[in-house]
Amino acid sequence: MSAGAALEFRVAIREAIVEEMERDESVVFFGEDIAAEQGGVFAVTPGIQERFGTERVFDTPISELAITGAAFGAAVTGLRPIIEIMFGDFMGLAMDSLINQSAKYWYLSREQRSVPLVVRSAVGGGGRFGAIHSQTHATWFQGVPGLKIAFPSSPAEAKGLLKAAIRDDNPVIFLEHKRLYSVKAQAPAPGEVLPLGQARVARPGRDLTIVSAGKGVPDALEAAGELARDDRIEAEVIDLRTLRPLDIDTVLASVARTNRMLAVEEGPATGGWAAGLLGIVAEHGLHDLDDVWLLSTDELPIPYSPTLEDAFIPGAAAIASAVRERAGVVAGR
Amino acid sequence: MTVDEQIVTEAPAAYLERYGLMLLIRLFETEMQRLFLKGEVHGTTHLSAGQEAVPVGVCSALAPDDYLAGTYRGHGHALAKGTHPDALLAEMLGRVTGVCGGRAGSMNVIDAEHGLVGCFGIVGGSIAAATGAALAAKGQGRVAVAMFGDGATNHGYFHECLNFAQVLALPVVFVCENNFYGEFTPMLKVTAGGDIAGRAAAYGIPASVVDGNDLWAVREAAVEAVARARSGGGPTLLECQTYRHHGHSKADPAKYRPPEEVERWLARDPLGVAKARLAELGVSEQELSEVEETTRARMEQAVQSALAAAYPDPAGETATEFAP
Repeated sequence: MSAGAALEFRVAIREAIVEEMERDESVVFFGEDIAAEQGGVFAVTPGIQERFGTERVFDTPISELAITGAAFGAAVTGLRPIIEIMFGDFMGLAMDSLINQSAKYWYLSREQRSVPLVVRSAVGGGGRFGAIHSQTHATWFQGVPGLKIAFPSSPAEAKGLLKAAIRDDNPVIFLEHKRLYSVKAQAPAPGEVLPLGQARVARPGRDLTIVSAGKGVPDALEAAGELARDDRIEAEVIDLRTLRPLDIDTVLASVARTNRMLAVEEGPATGGWAAGLLGIVAEHGLHDLDDVWLLSTDELPIPYSPTLEDAFIPGAAAIASAVRERAGVVAGR
Repeated sequence: MTVDEQIVTEAPAAYLERYGLMLLIRLFETEMQRLFLKGEVHGTTHLSAGQEAVPVGVCSALAPDDYLAGTYRGHGHALAKGTHPDALLAEMLGRVTGVCGGRAGSMNVIDAEHGLVGCFGIVGGSIAAATGAALAAKGQGRVAVAMFGDGATNHGYFHECLNFAQVLALPVVFVCENNFYGEFTPMLKVTAGGDIAGRAAAYGIPASVVDGNDLWAVREAAVEAVARARSGGGPTLLECQTYRHHGHSKADPAKYRPPEEVERWLARDPLGVAKARLAELGVSEQELSEVEETTRARMEQAVQSALAAAYPDPAGETATEFAP
């Protein structure tokens, strides 16, 4: 794939896995249905087992605790596992291993061994999958020192961040928003590896800063385009890329320019990353702030019915109207 | 030569050395008890006195670079795998010379240099750690062992990992130290079927019930299981029946155990069993006392060096959240 050509998000993920498995033979890949002909329920990984063989790529039983625990054990004894926990919602079954084993090992062992491990999952609502196949589990893990959490927003970002996650010597929770899988956009430069822990300015603007991650970034960009066209509001959009480590410096630098910040999270405000970000921005950037608020979901499970689910998720239209309402402008004026 | 013949024909001197290691574990636990009461061991601790034959017998079947995952009742696991008693005791006392610099404590010891993947503070955690280590071990010609208690056999970790390991034919040995109590509760009261070894049949995994207080029996079963794992024959479950001399943890006087049951098990103390067997094999009183003397001196040295070591200085702490 050459730079400039369109790349589908799911293919970007596949390419990152294939390229890193080519590069390092200690990388292995396993999970439920990942080696099956279709390549997982979202058809992300077909053909990888054929390419690298059954020792390095294999299907597992439906046993999230065993998959995650075994990945930890393998990671501290010489392999670099990539595992797939099919839906992020299933991470509840894998939590002991990630929180009590993988996350703490580097510290507890006094740096005897690191834990090079990537845990990929499909996350997010909008697919009519209902309350327990639509959640975003990032915040369940965000308060755990020792874990990194990556949440890419585009095909190029997905490829570069996943390559970085596989090369990283720490456990990385990697979130793939299911409504991004079929997105096609510009491919990254060949071999590009993005840093973990460094946010990016996805769109420059002077009037306010909109911060998001994952699917929230294209939604914020769409809203920013609409606000610029219809309301002459120039929003700067920050793509956090990783929720841990959180790149607070990039956010504060933007807020110093715009003096206003909106954080958009597809999840409840209580205990969410957006609320945490607001706290940190208030702590370190209060003198720059004229306004700061967040757009999140209701404090309810994610509903199934299309009308309910569409109203529940803060998409581009909700972001644009939240900005207009806050700025006291009427749409299109 | 079959496995049985190897065990039988092995020189008594090798068993004398293993007896010394069992005694080291016993003395270590005795010191832990004493130092806990003196306030030198912090929080809590889980003693393994009475269960020494299991880790010593199992580890005698392993190469130094094979992997072992132990439990929060893991002092014996670590010592049997080769962790230096000085470094282990210093860790218990939270001192900077501890094997993990005092960061881990009694329940979470890690000693990668000696193949100790870790001791895991949550019941069942060792089972997954060893299953994963077996994934790596397969390509390294190594074997991984999980130590766990009877309580762990009611855990998802146990059932998920036995299935996972058998489906993938992993070189792992699952060693259950069945001491008949999960914390304060009798095993039979909370374990349906009451047959831990029997659970392996459902997964097509070979299993046996082993006299966990008999070093020879444990070693024999372990040698066979390790050979099966190393030759590509997949996992084995060993149910080693044993008994802890103390309560579950320092907060537990173990009053829930019938006195006659305790007496019965104390009469089969694994150290006494080993000593009698060594005498039968022609090991002299003098040879035994020499080993006992050397072991006591080694433990005494560990106590002195651990007590003399400094606590970690928070100001000098160099911890980083992430590996570079």
